[in-house]
Amino acid sequence: MSNEQTPIACHGTLPASSPADTMVAFTNGLWKQNPVFVQVLGMCPTLAITNSVRNAIAMGLATTFVLASSNGLVSMVRKLVPKQVRIATYILIIATSVTIVDFLVKAISINVYKALGPFIPLIVANCIILERSEAFAGKNPFVKSVLDGLGMGLGFTFALSCLGTVREVLGAGTFLGIHVFGSNFEPWVLFLLPPGGFISLAIWLLTFTLWRDRGARKRRKVVVQDQEIRQEMPEMEVAS
Amino acid sequence: MNDSLGHIFVDALLINNFVLCVFLGMCSFLGLSSKFATAWRMGVSVMFVITVSSILAFGTNLILVRYHAEYLRIITYIVIIAATVQLTEMFIRKTSPALFRAMGIYLPLITTNCAVLAVPVFQTARNYSFVQSVVFAIAASGGYTLAMVILSLVRERVELSDIPDLARGTALTLVLAAILSMAFMGFAGMGNGG
Repeated sequence: MSNEQTPIACHGTLPASSPADTMVAFTNGLWKQNPVFVQVLGMCPTLAITNSVRNAIAMGLATTFVLASSNGLVSMVRKLVPKQVRIATYILIIATSVTIVDFLVKAISINVYKALGPFIPLIVANCIILERSEAFAGKNPFVKSVLDGLGMGLGFTFALSCLGTVREVLGAGTFLGIHVFGSNFEPWVLFLLPPGGFISLAIWLLTFTLWRDRGARKRRKVVVQDQEIRQEMPEMEVAS
Repeated sequence: MNDSLGHIFVDALLINNFVLCVFLGMCSFLGLSSKFATAWRMGVSVMFVITVSSILAFGTNLILVRYHAEYLRIITYIVIIAATVQLTEMFIRKTSPALFRAMGIYLPLITTNCAVLAVPVFQTARNYSFVQSVVFAIAASGGYTLAMVILSLVRERVELSDIPDLARGTALTLVLAAILSMAFMGFAGMGNGG
């Protein structure tokens, strides 16, 4: 089961991805190694901020900025920092990027800033960022690391907006503030409350596991058929 | 808003439980709750780190406010937490090597636990006094430990039952957490009376 092999703890030793070219570094995070659905990292903002699509997108973009800038900085200093103090250095770099984002969000939209509240400082403790610094940016050149950060961040934004869509449509009957159903719709308030976050994430994870499992089974079937044909071939040759 | 000590304690422990209602410390909550022994040890070490770092952060915040350097808050808080975790590790290694071997792996993980960073951030945002901060830190970390222990006990039972293969793993844990979270929603009514 692919789901069981994925380490749930944020600090699980995930294999460092070694994509052959720079473009793969970018697309990897979007789908194949999606931080939420595949690696199951960064659960706190995923669950806490997704009760509306707007907040989910704002949080995703803030995290994207932090990921890209901290990945770039880490990759620039990767040859100067001694191995023993690298984690402390990474955390300081991340905290600096988060402070910048904190002021940026406050300057752009005070409403969004109030909605995200204490979760902006908490981006520091988001495991995705430290994991990418450790597994990717510490070993790869500057451009590649920035692209990897952007890809991972956009994959994170995508996952957050998936979750936010389900919760906002079911919980409030709106999408980005626009009413989707008629006035007869009774909002399913549970989905805006904490349990709804857990349930909708569980359903999304199940859907993705089902999807990937089906894909894997199809591939396995093709391989098995291929082997069966190959086993039949020599017999046919002998027969002819 | 009621700022009495008892209210802060019950609020952080049950009504706004850090894990089940505010979604903090989710990674370790999902990842380290499969066994009771692990969950319990993690909970106690987090409690210690949160209380110490909350006290240190309170003092540091006074200095920062005095010199008008509030923009350094996030950076100083994370440095305080990292230092506290390091100190705890050294302290336990010196005093009790057996305990250190038992929980050695989990200690460094506390640095990136968002529940630990959240306590100083919240206490600053809510302008708590020193005593209020300490009570808040103890209650919040107690709530974290409580949720960890309950979930680990439930998961140990669920391990024995027959579950469809697809649902095993994170999805099942999330459904369990959802049910626990619904149970904790029952405490919400206590906030109005207090």
